[in-house]
Amino acid sequence: MTPDIIYGVTGIAVFAIGLVGALCAQDRLRRVLALKLASVGAGFVLVVAAWRAPPAAPDPVPHALVITGIVVMVSATAVALALIRRLQSLEAEDAE
Amino acid sequence: MQSDPMTLTLFAPLFGAILAFLFPRAARALGLVAVLVTGGAVVWLARAVLAEGAVTLALGGWAPPLGISLRADGLSVAMLAMTAAVGLLVSLGALDALRDARQTRYFWPLWLLLLTGMNGVYLSTDIFNLYVMIEVIALAAVGLTVLSGTRAALRAGLEYMYASILGALLFLMGVGFVYLQLGRLDFAGLITAEPSGALSAALALMVVGLALKTALFPLHFWLPAAHANATAPASALLSGLVVKAALYIFLRLTTYMPLPDEVLVTLIGTLGAGAVIWGGIQALRAERLKLLVAWSTVVQIGLIFIAFARAGQVGLTESWKAAALLILAHGVAKAAMFLAAGRIKDEVGHDTIRELDKSAIRPTLAQFTFALAAISLIGLPPSLGFIGKWSLMEGAMAAGYWHWVGVTMIGTLLSVAYFSRVLAGFLRFDRVRAPLGEHQGWALADVAPLTLAVSAIGLGLLAAPILSFIELGYPFGAMP
Repeated sequence: MTPDIIYGVTGIAVFAIGLVGALCAQDRLRRVLALKLASVGAGFVLVVAAWRAPPAAPDPVPHALVITGIVVMVSATAVALALIRRLQSLEAEDAE
Repeated sequence: MQSDPMTLTLFAPLFGAILAFLFPRAARALGLVAVLVTGGAVVWLARAVLAEGAVTLALGGWAPPLGISLRADGLSVAMLAMTAAVGLLVSLGALDALRDARQTRYFWPLWLLLLTGMNGVYLSTDIFNLYVMIEVIALAAVGLTVLSGTRAALRAGLEYMYASILGALLFLMGVGFVYLQLGRLDFAGLITAEPSGALSAALALMVVGLALKTALFPLHFWLPAAHANATAPASALLSGLVVKAALYIFLRLTTYMPLPDEVLVTLIGTLGAGAVIWGGIQALRAERLKLLVAWSTVVQIGLIFIAFARAGQVGLTESWKAAALLILAHGVAKAAMFLAAGRIKDEVGHDTIRELDKSAIRPTLAQFTFALAAISLIGLPPSLGFIGKWSLMEGAMAAGYWHWVGVTMIGTLLSVAYFSRVLAGFLRFDRVRAPLGEHQGWALADVAPLTLAVSAIGLGLLAAPILSFIELGYPFGAMP
Protein backbone atom coordinates (compact mmCIF):
# COMPACT_ATOMS: atom_id res chain seq x y z
CA MET A 1 0.00 0.00 0.00
CA THR A 2 1.57 3.25 -1.08
CA PRO A 3 0.46 6.51 0.53
CA ASP A 4 -1.31 7.63 -2.66
CA ILE A 5 -3.60 4.59 -2.65
CA ILE A 6 -4.38 4.95 1.07
CA TYR A 7 -5.17 8.65 0.71
CA GLY A 8 -7.01 8.15 -2.58
CA VAL A 9 -9.32 5.49 -1.16
CA THR A 10 -9.86 7.60 1.97
CA GLY A 11 -10.77 10.59 -0.20
CA ILE A 12 -13.30 8.61 -2.19
CA ALA A 13 -14.76 7.14 1.02
CA VAL A 14 -15.10 10.59 2.62
CA PHE A 15 -16.73 11.89 -0.56
CA ALA A 16 -19.17 8.97 -0.56
CA ILE A 17 -20.10 9.57 3.10
CA GLY A 18 -20.74 13.22 2.32
CA LEU A 19 -22.80 12.28 -0.73
CA VAL A 20 -25.03 9.94 1.25
CA GLY A 21 -25.46 12.58 3.95
CA ALA A 22 -26.35 15.30 1.44
CA LEU A 23 -28.99 13.09 -0.16
CA CYS A 24 -30.46 11.46 2.95
CA ALA A 25 -30.16 13.97 5.82
CA GLN A 26 -33.35 15.81 6.75
CA ASP A 27 -31.89 18.61 8.82
CA ARG A 28 -30.81 21.65 6.79
CA LEU A 29 -27.57 22.20 8.69
CA ARG A 30 -26.64 18.53 8.46
CA ARG A 31 -26.99 18.64 4.70
CA VAL A 32 -24.62 21.62 4.50
CA LEU A 33 -22.10 19.75 6.67
CA ALA A 34 -22.45 16.67 4.49
CA LEU A 35 -21.71 18.77 1.42
CA LYS A 36 -18.64 20.17 3.18
CA LEU A 37 -17.52 16.62 3.87
CA ALA A 38 -17.95 15.68 0.23
CA SER A 39 -15.86 18.69 -0.80
CA VAL A 40 -13.09 17.58 1.57
CA GLY A 41 -13.18 14.16 -0.08
CA ALA A 42 -12.88 15.70 -3.55
CA GLY A 43 -9.98 17.83 -2.28
CA PHE A 44 -8.28 14.68 -0.96
CA VAL A 45 -8.40 13.10 -4.40
CA LEU A 46 -6.83 16.21 -5.94
CA VAL A 47 -4.07 16.26 -3.32
CA VAL A 48 -3.35 12.60 -4.07
CA ALA A 49 -2.95 13.59 -7.72
CA ALA A 50 -0.10 15.87 -6.58
CA TRP A 51 1.76 13.16 -4.66
CA ARG A 52 4.99 11.82 -6.09
CA ALA A 53 7.11 9.10 -4.50
CA PRO A 54 9.90 10.88 -2.59
CA PRO A 55 12.48 12.20 -3.32
CA ALA A 56 10.52 13.69 -6.29
CA ALA A 57 8.85 17.02 -5.43
CA PRO A 58 5.01 17.04 -5.45
CA ASP A 59 3.18 18.55 -8.41
CA PRO A 60 2.07 22.07 -7.37
CA VAL A 61 -0.86 22.41 -9.82
CA PRO A 62 -3.38 20.27 -7.86
CA HIS A 63 -2.48 22.18 -4.70
CA ALA A 64 -3.50 25.40 -6.43
CA LEU A 65 -6.73 23.72 -7.55
CA VAL A 66 -7.52 22.54 -4.02
CA ILE A 67 -6.99 26.04 -2.63
CA THR A 68 -9.38 27.43 -5.25
CA GLY A 69 -11.84 24.68 -4.39
CA ILE A 70 -11.66 25.56 -0.69
CA VAL A 71 -12.32 29.24 -1.42
CA VAL A 72 -15.31 28.35 -3.58
CA MET A 73 -16.71 26.02 -0.92
CA VAL A 74 -16.26 28.59 1.87
CA SER A 75 -18.33 31.11 -0.11
CA ALA A 76 -20.96 28.53 -0.96
CA THR A 77 -21.23 27.48 2.68
CA ALA A 78 -21.59 31.09 3.75
CA VAL A 79 -24.46 31.62 1.31
CA ALA A 80 -26.18 28.40 2.39
CA LEU A 81 -25.84 29.32 6.08
CA ALA A 82 -27.21 32.80 5.45
CA LEU A 83 -30.21 31.32 3.66
CA ILE A 84 -30.84 28.85 6.48
CA ARG A 85 -30.68 31.61 9.11
CA ARG A 86 -33.08 33.81 7.17
CA LEU A 87 -35.48 30.94 6.67
CA GLN A 88 -35.32 30.02 10.34
CA SER A 89 -36.06 33.52 11.51
CA LEU A 90 -39.03 33.75 9.10
CA GLU A 91 -40.34 30.41 10.32
CA ALA A 92 -39.90 31.51 13.94
CA GLU A 93 -42.07 34.54 13.09
CA ASP A 94 -44.73 32.24 11.63
CA ALA A 95 -44.71 30.08 14.74
CA GLU A 96 -45.40 33.01 17.04
CA MET B 1 -5.37 43.90 -19.37
CA GLN B 2 -5.11 43.09 -23.04
CA SER B 3 -7.57 44.86 -25.24
CA ASP B 4 -9.33 41.85 -26.56
CA PRO B 5 -13.03 41.08 -27.00
CA MET B 6 -12.76 37.89 -24.99
CA THR B 7 -11.29 39.50 -21.87
CA LEU B 8 -13.80 42.32 -22.28
CA THR B 9 -16.78 39.91 -22.24
CA LEU B 10 -15.50 38.65 -18.88
CA PHE B 11 -14.36 41.87 -17.25
CA ALA B 12 -17.14 44.25 -18.34
CA PRO B 13 -19.85 42.37 -16.38
CA LEU B 14 -17.46 41.60 -13.50
CA PHE B 15 -16.51 45.24 -12.94
CA GLY B 16 -20.12 46.22 -13.59
CA ALA B 17 -21.19 43.85 -10.80
CA ILE B 18 -18.69 45.29 -8.35
CA LEU B 19 -19.58 48.89 -9.20
CA ALA B 20 -23.32 48.19 -9.09
CA PHE B 21 -22.87 46.70 -5.63
CA LEU B 22 -20.80 49.66 -4.41
CA PHE B 23 -23.12 52.31 -5.86
CA PRO B 24 -26.64 50.93 -5.44
CA ARG B 25 -28.27 54.19 -6.52
CA ALA B 26 -26.62 54.02 -9.91
CA ALA B 27 -27.08 50.23 -10.13
CA ARG B 28 -29.58 50.38 -13.00
CA ALA B 29 -27.48 52.64 -15.18
CA LEU B 30 -24.25 50.80 -14.38
CA GLY B 31 -25.94 47.48 -15.05
CA LEU B 32 -27.36 48.52 -18.40
CA VAL B 33 -24.01 49.99 -19.50
CA ALA B 34 -22.17 46.82 -18.48
CA VAL B 35 -24.61 44.62 -20.40
CA LEU B 36 -24.35 46.90 -23.45
CA VAL B 37 -20.53 46.85 -23.35
CA THR B 38 -20.63 43.06 -23.05
CA GLY B 39 -22.97 42.90 -26.04
CA GLY B 40 -20.58 45.12 -28.01
CA ALA B 41 -17.65 42.87 -27.11
CA VAL B 42 -19.62 39.83 -28.31
CA VAL B 43 -20.31 41.54 -31.67
CA TRP B 44 -16.59 42.36 -31.92
CA LEU B 45 -15.73 38.75 -31.14
CA ALA B 46 -18.32 37.47 -33.64
CA ARG B 47 -16.69 39.53 -36.39
CA ALA B 48 -13.28 38.11 -35.49
CA VAL B 49 -14.63 34.55 -35.56
CA LEU B 50 -16.40 35.19 -38.88
CA ALA B 51 -13.17 36.52 -40.36
CA GLU B 52 -10.65 34.00 -39.08
CA GLY B 53 -12.48 31.04 -37.53
CA ALA B 54 -11.80 30.04 -33.93
CA VAL B 55 -9.75 32.52 -31.92
CA THR B 56 -7.60 31.56 -28.93
CA LEU B 57 -6.02 33.72 -26.26
CA ALA B 58 -3.48 32.50 -23.73
CA LEU B 59 -4.08 34.64 -20.64
CA GLY B 60 -0.93 36.37 -19.42
CA GLY B 61 1.04 34.74 -22.21
CA TRP B 62 0.97 31.33 -20.47
CA ALA B 63 -0.04 28.57 -22.82
CA PRO B 64 -1.85 25.41 -21.67
CA PRO B 65 -1.36 22.95 -20.07
CA LEU B 66 0.17 25.24 -17.42
CA GLY B 67 -1.71 28.47 -18.21
CA ILE B 68 -5.37 29.14 -18.85
CA SER B 69 -6.46 30.02 -22.35
CA LEU B 70 -9.73 31.33 -23.70
CA ARG B 71 -11.13 30.09 -26.97
CA ALA B 72 -14.08 31.22 -29.02
CA ASP B 73 -15.56 29.33 -31.95
CA GLY B 74 -18.93 29.49 -33.67
CA LEU B 75 -20.79 27.64 -30.93
CA SER B 76 -19.26 29.71 -28.12
CA VAL B 77 -20.08 32.96 -29.89
CA ALA B 78 -23.64 31.81 -30.59
CA MET B 79 -24.12 31.06 -26.89
CA LEU B 80 -22.47 34.35 -25.89
CA ALA B 81 -24.69 36.26 -28.32
CA MET B 82 -27.84 34.54 -27.10
CA THR B 83 -26.86 35.28 -23.49
CA ALA B 84 -26.08 38.93 -24.20
CA ALA B 85 -29.20 39.56 -26.29
CA VAL B 86 -31.61 37.79 -23.95
CA GLY B 87 -29.81 39.38 -21.00
CA LEU B 88 -30.17 42.87 -22.44
CA LEU B 89 -33.90 42.47 -23.06
CA VAL B 90 -34.50 40.89 -19.64
CA SER B 91 -32.57 43.82 -18.13
CA LEU B 92 -34.92 46.23 -19.89
CA GLY B 93 -37.87 44.19 -18.61
CA ALA B 94 -36.40 44.30 -15.11
CA LEU B 95 -36.44 48.11 -15.16
CA ASP B 96 -40.21 47.95 -14.93
CA ALA B 97 -40.74 44.64 -13.16
CA LEU B 98 -38.57 45.41 -10.12
CA ARG B 99 -39.97 48.38 -8.24
CA ASP B 100 -38.85 47.39 -4.77
CA ALA B 101 -35.65 49.26 -3.83
CA ARG B 102 -34.11 46.25 -2.09
CA GLN B 103 -34.76 44.01 -5.09
CA THR B 104 -33.26 46.52 -7.54
CA ARG B 105 -30.25 46.94 -5.32
CA TYR B 106 -29.34 43.23 -5.34
CA PHE B 107 -30.69 42.27 -8.77
CA TRP B 108 -28.05 44.10 -10.80
CA PRO B 109 -24.87 42.88 -9.04
CA LEU B 110 -26.20 39.31 -8.99
CA TRP B 111 -27.24 39.34 -12.62
CA LEU B 112 -23.91 40.84 -13.79
CA LEU B 113 -22.03 38.23 -11.76
CA LEU B 114 -24.17 35.59 -13.41
CA LEU B 115 -23.29 37.03 -16.82
CA THR B 116 -19.57 36.88 -15.93
CA GLY B 117 -19.90 33.23 -15.01
CA MET B 118 -21.89 32.34 -18.13
CA ASN B 119 -19.43 34.09 -20.45
CA GLY B 120 -16.59 32.36 -18.60
CA VAL B 121 -18.16 28.96 -19.27
CA TYR B 122 -18.56 29.67 -22.97
CA LEU B 123 -14.91 30.75 -23.36
CA SER B 124 -13.20 28.22 -21.07
CA THR B 125 -10.87 25.59 -22.43
CA ASP B 126 -10.12 23.60 -19.31
CA ILE B 127 -12.35 21.69 -16.98
CA PHE B 128 -11.16 23.18 -13.69
CA ASN B 129 -11.95 26.64 -14.99
CA LEU B 130 -15.39 25.30 -15.89
CA TYR B 131 -15.83 24.08 -12.30
CA VAL B 132 -15.05 27.55 -10.92
CA MET B 133 -17.40 29.20 -13.42
CA ILE B 134 -20.33 26.89 -12.64
CA GLU B 135 -19.87 27.73 -8.96
CA VAL B 136 -19.93 31.44 -9.76
CA ILE B 137 -23.11 30.88 -11.74
CA ALA B 138 -24.62 28.78 -8.94
CA LEU B 139 -24.02 31.42 -6.24
CA ALA B 140 -25.45 34.22 -8.40
CA ALA B 141 -28.39 32.07 -9.50
CA VAL B 142 -29.32 31.15 -5.94
CA GLY B 143 -29.20 34.84 -5.06
CA LEU B 144 -31.58 35.61 -7.92
CA THR B 145 -33.91 32.79 -6.87
CA VAL B 146 -34.40 34.17 -3.37
CA LEU B 147 -34.58 37.80 -4.50
CA SER B 148 -38.32 38.02 -3.87
CA GLY B 149 -37.67 37.14 -0.19
CA THR B 150 -40.81 35.03 0.24
CA ARG B 151 -40.70 31.85 2.29
CA ALA B 152 -41.48 29.69 -0.74
CA ALA B 153 -38.65 31.32 -2.70
CA LEU B 154 -36.19 30.87 0.17
CA ARG B 155 -37.07 27.20 0.57
CA ALA B 156 -36.78 26.64 -3.19
CA GLY B 157 -33.51 28.58 -3.25
CA LEU B 158 -32.01 26.45 -0.48
CA GLU B 159 -33.05 23.26 -2.26
CA TYR B 160 -31.48 24.67 -5.45
CA MET B 161 -28.32 25.50 -3.50
CA TYR B 162 -27.95 21.93 -2.24
CA ALA B 163 -28.50 20.49 -5.72
CA SER B 164 -26.13 23.00 -7.23
CA ILE B 165 -23.27 22.44 -4.79
CA LEU B 166 -23.68 18.69 -5.03
CA GLY B 167 -23.61 18.86 -8.83
CA ALA B 168 -20.48 21.00 -8.75
CA LEU B 169 -18.76 18.64 -6.28
CA LEU B 170 -19.50 15.62 -8.47
CA PHE B 171 -17.99 17.60 -11.33
CA LEU B 172 -14.94 18.46 -9.17
CA MET B 173 -14.47 14.80 -8.28
CA GLY B 174 -14.47 14.02 -12.01
CA VAL B 175 -11.88 16.78 -12.53
CA GLY B 176 -9.70 15.13 -9.85
CA PHE B 177 -9.95 11.77 -11.62
CA VAL B 178 -8.99 13.34 -14.94
CA TYR B 179 -5.93 14.95 -13.38
CA LEU B 180 -4.91 11.66 -11.73
CA GLN B 181 -5.13 9.97 -15.08
CA LEU B 182 -3.78 12.57 -17.49
CA GLY B 183 -1.91 15.15 -15.43
CA ARG B 184 -3.60 17.95 -17.39
CA LEU B 185 -7.08 19.45 -17.58
CA ASP B 186 -7.30 21.34 -20.88
CA PHE B 187 -9.62 20.25 -23.72
CA ALA B 188 -6.67 19.51 -26.02
CA GLY B 189 -5.42 17.00 -23.43
CA LEU B 190 -8.87 15.37 -23.25
CA ILE B 191 -9.07 14.99 -27.03
CA THR B 192 -5.70 13.29 -27.35
CA ALA B 193 -6.21 11.02 -24.30
CA GLU B 194 -6.55 7.28 -24.80
CA PRO B 195 -9.97 6.10 -23.60
CA SER B 196 -9.69 4.22 -20.31
CA GLY B 197 -11.82 3.02 -17.45
CA ALA B 198 -10.70 5.81 -15.13
CA LEU B 199 -11.55 8.47 -17.72
CA SER B 200 -14.98 6.93 -18.26
CA ALA B 201 -15.58 7.05 -14.50
CA ALA B 202 -14.50 10.69 -14.50
CA LEU B 203 -16.83 11.45 -17.39
CA ALA B 204 -19.69 9.66 -15.62
CA LEU B 205 -19.17 11.76 -12.46
CA MET B 206 -19.07 14.99 -14.45
CA VAL B 207 -22.15 14.07 -16.51
CA VAL B 208 -24.18 13.23 -13.39
CA GLY B 209 -23.09 16.53 -11.82
CA LEU B 210 -24.11 18.44 -14.93
CA ALA B 211 -27.42 16.58 -15.15
CA LEU B 212 -28.15 17.70 -11.61
CA LYS B 213 -27.29 21.29 -12.50
CA THR B 214 -29.30 21.36 -15.71
CA ALA B 215 -32.23 19.47 -14.10
CA LEU B 216 -32.34 16.42 -16.33
CA PHE B 217 -35.12 14.05 -15.26
CA PRO B 218 -35.06 12.48 -12.63
CA LEU B 219 -32.68 15.07 -11.11
CA HIS B 220 -35.08 17.93 -11.88
CA PHE B 221 -36.71 17.98 -8.44
CA TRP B 222 -35.35 21.41 -7.51
CA LEU B 223 -36.21 23.27 -10.72
CA PRO B 224 -40.00 23.85 -10.78
CA ALA B 225 -40.18 25.43 -7.33
CA ALA B 226 -37.03 27.51 -7.83
CA HIS B 227 -38.07 28.90 -11.22
CA ALA B 228 -41.73 29.39 -10.35
CA ASN B 229 -41.15 31.32 -7.11
CA ALA B 230 -38.49 33.76 -8.32
CA THR B 231 -39.40 37.26 -9.51
CA ALA B 232 -40.22 37.44 -13.24
CA PRO B 233 -36.85 38.76 -14.57
CA ALA B 234 -34.97 36.31 -12.34
CA SER B 235 -37.13 33.42 -13.58
CA ALA B 236 -36.45 34.47 -17.16
CA LEU B 237 -32.69 34.49 -16.53
CA LEU B 238 -32.72 31.20 -14.59
CA SER B 239 -34.84 29.32 -17.10
CA GLY B 240 -33.62 30.95 -20.29
CA LEU B 241 -29.90 31.17 -19.57
CA VAL B 242 -28.61 29.45 -16.43
CA VAL B 243 -29.56 25.85 -17.24
CA LYS B 244 -27.91 26.32 -20.65
CA ALA B 245 -24.42 26.64 -19.17
CA ALA B 246 -24.42 23.06 -17.86
CA LEU B 247 -25.99 21.85 -21.13
CA TYR B 248 -23.22 23.55 -23.09
CA ILE B 249 -20.50 21.93 -20.92
CA PHE B 250 -22.24 18.61 -21.47
CA LEU B 251 -22.12 19.11 -25.26
CA ARG B 252 -18.43 20.01 -25.18
CA LEU B 253 -17.32 17.27 -22.81
CA THR B 254 -19.16 14.43 -24.47
CA THR B 255 -17.60 15.31 -27.80
CA TYR B 256 -14.08 15.71 -26.48
CA MET B 257 -14.36 12.58 -24.36
CA PRO B 258 -16.67 10.39 -26.44
CA LEU B 259 -19.20 8.35 -24.50
CA PRO B 260 -17.69 4.86 -24.35
CA ASP B 261 -20.86 2.98 -25.17
CA GLU B 262 -23.97 3.21 -27.34
CA VAL B 263 -25.97 2.13 -24.28
CA LEU B 264 -25.06 5.40 -22.52
CA VAL B 265 -26.27 7.49 -25.47
CA THR B 266 -29.55 5.60 -25.34
CA LEU B 267 -29.72 6.06 -21.56
CA ILE B 268 -29.32 9.83 -21.93
CA GLY B 269 -32.06 9.88 -24.56
CA THR B 270 -34.29 7.77 -22.32
CA LEU B 271 -33.87 10.17 -19.40
CA GLY B 272 -34.75 12.96 -21.84
CA ALA B 273 -37.87 11.04 -22.86
CA GLY B 274 -38.77 10.66 -19.19
CA ALA B 275 -38.44 14.42 -18.76
CA VAL B 276 -40.64 15.11 -21.79
CA ILE B 277 -43.46 12.86 -20.59
CA TRP B 278 -43.27 13.45 -16.82
CA GLY B 279 -42.77 17.20 -17.27
CA GLY B 280 -45.66 17.30 -19.74
CA ILE B 281 -48.00 15.57 -17.30
CA GLN B 282 -46.94 17.88 -14.45
CA ALA B 283 -47.44 20.93 -16.67
CA LEU B 284 -50.96 19.72 -17.43
CA ARG B 285 -51.65 19.50 -13.70
CA ALA B 286 -49.98 22.78 -12.65
CA GLU B 287 -52.38 25.23 -11.09
CA ARG B 288 -50.23 28.34 -11.42
CA LEU B 289 -49.06 29.88 -14.67
CA LYS B 290 -45.42 30.26 -13.62
CA LEU B 291 -45.29 26.67 -12.38
CA LEU B 292 -46.60 25.50 -15.76
CA VAL B 293 -43.87 27.50 -17.52
CA ALA B 294 -41.24 26.03 -15.16
CA TRP B 295 -42.38 22.47 -15.91
CA SER B 296 -42.18 23.26 -19.60
CA THR B 297 -38.47 24.02 -19.00
CA VAL B 298 -38.04 20.47 -17.66
CA VAL B 299 -39.71 19.21 -20.86
CA GLN B 300 -37.50 21.30 -23.13
CA ILE B 301 -34.32 20.16 -21.38
CA GLY B 302 -35.45 16.57 -21.92
CA LEU B 303 -36.00 17.38 -25.58
CA ILE B 304 -32.46 18.75 -25.89
CA PHE B 305 -31.06 15.51 -24.49
CA ILE B 306 -33.20 13.54 -26.96
CA ALA B 307 -31.79 15.71 -29.74
CA PHE B 308 -28.33 14.81 -28.50
CA ALA B 309 -29.10 11.08 -28.57
CA ARG B 310 -31.28 11.15 -31.70
CA ALA B 311 -28.88 9.31 -34.04
CA GLY B 312 -26.91 7.27 -31.54
CA GLN B 313 -23.17 7.26 -31.10
CA VAL B 314 -22.29 7.45 -34.81
CA GLY B 315 -24.61 10.42 -35.30
CA LEU B 316 -23.10 12.58 -32.55
CA THR B 317 -21.10 14.64 -35.07
CA GLU B 318 -24.46 15.93 -36.38
CA SER B 319 -26.68 15.60 -33.32
CA TRP B 320 -24.95 18.32 -31.33
CA LYS B 321 -26.16 20.85 -33.92
CA ALA B 322 -29.81 19.90 -33.38
CA ALA B 323 -29.22 20.14 -29.62
CA ALA B 324 -27.51 23.53 -29.99
CA LEU B 325 -30.40 24.89 -32.08
CA LEU B 326 -32.90 23.77 -29.44
CA ILE B 327 -30.75 25.35 -26.71
CA LEU B 328 -30.76 28.71 -28.52
CA ALA B 329 -34.48 28.49 -29.35
CA HIS B 330 -35.44 27.64 -25.79
CA GLY B 331 -33.28 30.41 -24.33
CA VAL B 332 -35.04 33.13 -26.30
CA ALA B 333 -38.58 31.75 -26.12
CA LYS B 334 -38.51 30.82 -22.43
CA ALA B 335 -37.18 34.21 -21.38
CA ALA B 336 -40.03 35.82 -23.34
CA MET B 337 -42.56 33.49 -21.77
CA PHE B 338 -41.44 34.06 -18.17
CA LEU B 339 -41.39 37.84 -18.66
CA ALA B 340 -44.87 37.69 -20.22
CA ALA B 341 -46.13 35.48 -17.38
CA GLY B 342 -44.69 38.00 -14.93
CA ARG B 343 -46.49 40.84 -16.74
CA ILE B 344 -49.79 38.93 -16.65
CA LYS B 345 -49.34 38.25 -12.94
CA ASP B 346 -48.52 41.92 -12.34
CA GLU B 347 -51.60 43.19 -14.17
CA VAL B 348 -54.14 40.60 -13.06
CA GLY B 349 -52.76 40.30 -9.53
CA HIS B 350 -52.47 36.50 -9.44
CA ASP B 351 -51.43 33.67 -11.76
CA THR B 352 -53.91 30.90 -11.00
CA ILE B 353 -54.61 29.51 -14.46
CA ARG B 354 -58.26 28.64 -13.81
CA GLU B 355 -59.10 32.17 -12.63
CA LEU B 356 -57.23 34.07 -15.35
CA ASP B 357 -60.22 34.29 -17.71
CA LYS B 358 -62.44 35.64 -14.92
CA SER B 359 -60.42 38.79 -14.56
CA ALA B 360 -61.82 42.03 -15.90
CA ILE B 361 -58.29 43.22 -16.65
CA ARG B 362 -56.86 41.75 -19.81
CA PRO B 363 -53.16 42.36 -20.42
CA THR B 364 -53.70 41.64 -24.11
CA LEU B 365 -50.19 42.30 -25.37
CA ALA B 366 -48.59 40.17 -22.66
CA GLN B 367 -51.03 37.38 -23.52
CA PHE B 368 -50.11 37.74 -27.21
CA THR B 369 -46.41 37.53 -26.25
CA PHE B 370 -47.10 34.40 -24.23
CA ALA B 371 -48.83 32.85 -27.25
CA LEU B 372 -45.93 33.69 -29.60
CA ALA B 373 -43.43 32.15 -27.17
CA ALA B 374 -45.68 29.08 -26.88
CA ILE B 375 -45.59 28.71 -30.68
CA SER B 376 -41.80 28.48 -30.58
CA LEU B 377 -41.76 26.10 -27.61
CA ILE B 378 -44.39 23.83 -29.16
CA GLY B 379 -42.33 23.92 -32.34
CA LEU B 380 -44.69 25.34 -34.96
CA PRO B 381 -43.14 26.77 -38.15
CA PRO B 382 -41.43 29.12 -38.84
CA SER B 383 -40.05 29.48 -35.30
CA LEU B 384 -36.52 28.50 -34.26
CA GLY B 385 -38.06 25.84 -32.03
CA PHE B 386 -39.58 24.27 -35.15
CA ILE B 387 -36.21 24.14 -36.93
CA GLY B 388 -34.62 22.54 -33.85
CA LYS B 389 -37.36 19.92 -33.56
CA TRP B 390 -37.30 19.30 -37.29
CA SER B 391 -33.56 18.62 -37.34
CA LEU B 392 -34.00 16.37 -34.29
CA MET B 393 -36.63 14.27 -36.06
CA GLU B 394 -34.87 14.33 -39.43
CA GLY B 395 -31.71 12.90 -37.87
CA ALA B 396 -33.65 10.30 -35.91
CA MET B 397 -35.53 9.21 -39.07
CA ALA B 398 -32.35 9.06 -41.14
CA ALA B 399 -30.74 6.85 -38.52
CA GLY B 400 -33.89 4.72 -38.29
CA TYR B 401 -34.42 5.59 -34.61
CA TRP B 402 -38.19 5.92 -34.78
CA HIS B 403 -38.66 5.72 -31.01
CA TRP B 404 -37.14 9.21 -30.64
CA VAL B 405 -39.51 10.52 -33.32
CA GLY B 406 -42.41 8.99 -31.41
CA VAL B 407 -41.36 10.53 -28.09
CA THR B 408 -40.89 13.93 -29.71
CA MET B 409 -44.38 13.74 -31.24
CA ILE B 410 -45.92 12.80 -27.89
CA GLY B 411 -44.04 15.67 -26.28
CA THR B 412 -45.32 18.08 -28.91
CA LEU B 413 -48.92 16.97 -28.37
CA LEU B 414 -48.52 17.33 -24.60
CA SER B 415 -47.09 20.82 -25.02
CA VAL B 416 -50.01 21.82 -27.27
CA ALA B 417 -52.34 20.51 -24.54
CA TYR B 418 -50.78 22.33 -21.60
CA PHE B 419 -50.27 25.62 -23.40
CA SER B 420 -53.86 25.42 -24.67
CA ARG B 421 -55.05 25.39 -21.07
CA VAL B 422 -53.62 28.89 -20.77
CA LEU B 423 -54.34 30.16 -24.28
CA ALA B 424 -57.97 29.02 -24.20
CA GLY B 425 -58.47 31.17 -21.11
CA PHE B 426 -56.92 34.14 -22.90
CA LEU B 427 -59.36 33.81 -25.78
CA ARG B 428 -62.52 33.65 -23.68
CA PHE B 429 -64.26 36.96 -23.60
CA ASP B 430 -67.69 35.81 -22.48
CA ARG B 431 -66.94 35.51 -18.77
CA VAL B 432 -66.60 39.16 -17.85
CA ARG B 433 -67.37 42.30 -19.73
CA ALA B 434 -65.07 45.01 -18.54
CA PRO B 435 -65.99 48.61 -19.30
CA LEU B 436 -64.20 49.66 -22.46
CA GLY B 437 -61.34 52.10 -22.08
CA GLU B 438 -60.73 51.27 -18.46
CA HIS B 439 -57.68 49.24 -19.30
CA GLN B 440 -55.68 49.64 -22.45
CA GLY B 441 -54.29 46.09 -22.48
CA TRP B 442 -50.67 47.03 -23.09
CA ALA B 443 -47.85 48.89 -21.43
CA LEU B 444 -44.33 49.94 -22.30
CA ALA B 445 -43.09 47.04 -20.16
CA ASP B 446 -44.47 44.62 -22.76
CA VAL B 447 -41.89 45.72 -25.34
CA ALA B 448 -39.01 43.60 -24.01
CA PRO B 449 -40.89 40.28 -23.80
CA LEU B 450 -42.62 40.96 -27.12
CA THR B 451 -39.26 41.59 -28.84
CA LEU B 452 -37.94 38.32 -27.43
CA ALA B 453 -41.02 36.39 -28.54
CA VAL B 454 -40.95 37.87 -32.05
CA SER B 455 -37.23 36.99 -32.27
CA ALA B 456 -37.96 33.41 -31.21
CA ILE B 457 -40.30 33.14 -34.19
CA GLY B 458 -38.23 35.23 -36.62
CA LEU B 459 -34.89 33.54 -35.92
CA GLY B 460 -36.38 30.42 -37.50
CA LEU B 461 -36.10 32.19 -40.85
CA LEU B 462 -32.38 32.73 -40.18
CA ALA B 463 -31.78 29.10 -39.19
CA ALA B 464 -29.45 28.41 -42.14
CA PRO B 465 -26.99 31.22 -41.33
CA ILE B 466 -27.17 30.33 -37.62
CA LEU B 467 -26.35 26.69 -38.41
CA SER B 468 -23.40 27.60 -40.60
CA PHE B 469 -22.20 30.06 -37.94
CA ILE B 470 -22.17 27.54 -35.07
CA GLU B 471 -20.01 25.28 -37.23
CA LEU B 472 -17.33 27.95 -37.60
CA GLY B 473 -13.99 26.97 -36.17
CA TYR B 474 -15.07 23.31 -36.20
CA PRO B 475 -16.26 23.34 -32.58
CA PHE B 476 -16.08 19.59 -32.35
CA GLY B 477 -13.19 18.87 -34.64
CA ALA B 478 -9.53 18.84 -33.76
CA MET B 479 -8.31 21.58 -31.43
CA PRO B 480 -5.46 23.73 -32.68
